[in-house]
Amino acid sequence: MQVPAPFDYERATSVDHAIGLLERLGSGSRLVAGGHSLLPMMKLRLANLEYLIDINDLHDELGYITVEPTRIRIGAMARHRELLESDDLAAHFPIVRDAERVIADPIVRNRGTLGGSLCQADPSEDLSAVCTTLAAECVIRSSSGERVVTMDEFHRGPYETAVADDEMLVEVRLPIRPGGSSAYEKVERRAGDWAVVSAGAAVWLDGGVISDARVGLAAVGPNTTGIAAVSQALRGQVPSEEAYASAGAIAAQSCRPTADGRGSVEYKRHLADELTRRALRRAVARATGEES
Amino acid sequence: MQVTMSVNGDEVTSEIEGRLLLVHYLRDHLGLTGTHWGCDTSNCGTCVVWLDDEPVKSCTVLAAMAGGHEVRTVEGLEKGTELDPVQQGFMNCHGLQCGFCTPGMMMTARALLDRNPDPTDGEIREAISGQICRCTGYATIVRSIHWAADHERAAAAAAASGALTGDEVVERVLEEADPSGGSETPQTVGAGSES
Repeated sequence: MQVPAPFDYERATSVDHAIGLLERLGSGSRLVAGGHSLLPMMKLRLANLEYLIDINDLHDELGYITVEPTRIRIGAMARHRELLESDDLAAHFPIVRDAERVIADPIVRNRGTLGGSLCQADPSEDLSAVCTTLAAECVIRSSSGERVVTMDEFHRGPYETAVADDEMLVEVRLPIRPGGSSAYEKVERRAGDWAVVSAGAAVWLDGGVISDARVGLAAVGPNTTGIAAVSQALRGQVPSEEAYASAGAIAAQSCRPTADGRGSVEYKRHLADELTRRALRRAVARATGEES
Repeated sequence: MQVTMSVNGDEVTSEIEGRLLLVHYLRDHLGLTGTHWGCDTSNCGTCVVWLDDEPVKSCTVLAAMAGGHEVRTVEGLEKGTELDPVQQGFMNCHGLQCGFCTPGMMMTARALLDRNPDPTDGEIREAISGQICRCTGYATIVRSIHWAADHERAAAAAAASGALTGDEVVERVLEEADPSGGSETPQTVGAGSES
């Protein structure tokens, strides 16, 4: 039987209350949202803390998915199932539904949250790769106000984020840019597993030419990785198998996989190449209306 | 700490440690051992219960997190003395061998049918994809859930038509909902009016 080490449980009733608790209880405290990453780590004693602050009652305050003209704002407590089922998200960012379909399983998706996924900062985590691909902005709040950071700034390393002990991730913003679409491709050992490798792609077309593209990879480096060289290589290109192949080659060279039970370095580089091609191909097909 | 929640409609209050997991609370404190405890890592799904009408893996939820909320376990699935159609389906279609995964499977199936009364094979398999049966596979489990869906739709139709009432409806429904037509499902046992 695996149980966490003893801790004191607190329940927050509002974002301000949660931040107040974090300030009062200090670095020995942690927020728990869905708990599907943190609780297993506590059972394994990889995470030990004095106070656990339950923020599930904040779903009403932070469970929104709001479409604005230039962005979609998503509350940190939006659960995986809500992201999967959101037609607004699927219409603007089909990559989100692609990814949510392969995150854990439906029952885990009932509990897990966007904010929890990002704050876990696992290098294999799918939504982090999605947010990296989409150049998401993360809104972090403390008692002195809010600050907004990019995904590159947000993830400092494996299991480490820009959120300080007395701060809280409250919102993720996905910028809407016309003429684009997106897709997510993942290879896993079995249904619902962490990625062996996964690749997200977002492309924007203008007059039949790629005006911009972004590729984000998971599980092949210390963080989910946005590869700037792919963007540079694709800008100005006509979508083609050759263009996807060159992007795939760059992705394979740029990533930093390690060998583990999920595969060798060589195999993971191969996947980074192939999945980048597939994600780009699908994103372009969607942008041109050839695939929904 | 003191925690109060509703379990199968009854309010319960207990003094617990903050670190106590919901699955252990249900089993060890309340004696509701229908909820099983398997892999302990949110994979096998044998600990599935409902928290506010949604299936969750209770080995990854703290009992304290359920405080103030409604929990439903397999013990709360039957209605009075009548089995839930999902339970009847698992009996009729041989949806279980050892039975270890069965309570969780049934809780997930019930939630699926409440949202989607006419699921496809694919939708059923997706719904139970976070739950593991190591006895034989999923064919009879999928068939059991179909049985329950067919049964409930037939019952609803019969009741809506007003042609039959009471025991007649039940009798007719059980006959009509014979699991997917007899000869195609030779493994089926106890089907039809015998149940």
